[in-house]
Amino acid sequence: MKPTDMLDQESLKTDIPDFGPGDTLKVHVRVVEGSRERIQIFQGAVIARNGSGLGETFTVRKVSFGVGVERIFPIHSPIISKIEVVTRGDVRRAKLYYLRDRIGKAAKIKEKR
Amino acid sequence: MRVLAYVPLQRLKDFMASKTVVGEKVGMTQVWVDNDHVVPVTVIRVLPARVLRRKTIERDGYEALQVAVGVAQPSKLTKPVLGQFTSRGVEPGRRIMEFRLDGSQELGVGSQIDASMISTGDRVDVIGTSRGHGFSGGMKRHNFKGQGGSHGNHKKHRAPGSIGACATPARVFKGTRMAGQYGSERTTIMNLEVVRSEPERQLLLIKGAVPGPRGAMVVIRDTVKSGRRL
Repeated sequence: MKPTDMLDQESLKTDIPDFGPGDTLKVHVRVVEGSRERIQIFQGAVIARNGSGLGETFTVRKVSFGVGVERIFPIHSPIISKIEVVTRGDVRRAKLYYLRDRIGKAAKIKEKR
Repeated sequence: MRVLAYVPLQRLKDFMASKTVVGEKVGMTQVWVDNDHVVPVTVIRVLPARVLRRKTIERDGYEALQVAVGVAQPSKLTKPVLGQFTSRGVEPGRRIMEFRLDGSQELGVGSQIDASMISTGDRVDVIGTSRGHGFSGGMKRHNFKGQGGSHGNHKKHRAPGSIGACATPARVFKGTRMAGQYGSERTTIMNLEVVRSEPERQLLLIKGAVPGPRGAMVVIRDTVKSGRRL
């Protein structure tokens, strides 16, 4: 219990699904272009969850046109409109940074069954 | 470069704050602003304060406000202190503070000072007592490098090194940085932005860090320097 909890409560989101490293997510990101706002989907594997409380973040990695792209999202960020869990991964560690050194089939995450 | 050699007396009030509140540091957190970026803030709970006495030029030689801050049980105060409150019909406070304010005449004895005086977007200075580190060495206090851990060094790993020359000047210059008391001194952080003011909960969210540990008393005044021209 932190003394600032009473303030943080307002910014915390309640609609966050249960997900962890290895899961594949669809992150719906709000993109503002001028006055227009649209939703962009960033789909990839969660390779890390960091921190706790209001400052918690998660890292999503995908390979786009052969280039690895990682985005770090604050989990309670208002620019995320929705998080969708696509698949559950079967992994043995909390941080999947080893995926960065792998390409192709070696970078595949086993699916939980 | 302009030299600010002489400031006429009537202009002194250019450097005076016009509003001041006293608060308690709750802690630091972060808030989302404009739905797209996160701002580090210090949360300050404003303590209820009442004007206790107005100092005047005729009587005291300068103008100022004496303010009772917080709430105190009358039975826990000594009679001389309690008398200051009861004689003016003001609720006893934990502390009596004095502020020199521009426009202090507008606040009469007994008037309340609270978070509604500071609004969102204001620029403020925060005055507090910095965290005490006790008697600290040069490495902690002045960010000295210290000395090597090996290469024959013996019991001088955190020592400051040389503090001066030899027969000339044959003394150590005043102000040479050495070990000593670190922290626990009055510190002012100027020109901080008020990210949010919540008079309902008596909270102020101020961007960045302010001096002191959690629970410390801090004085918040509208900034005396930013945006002013001489």
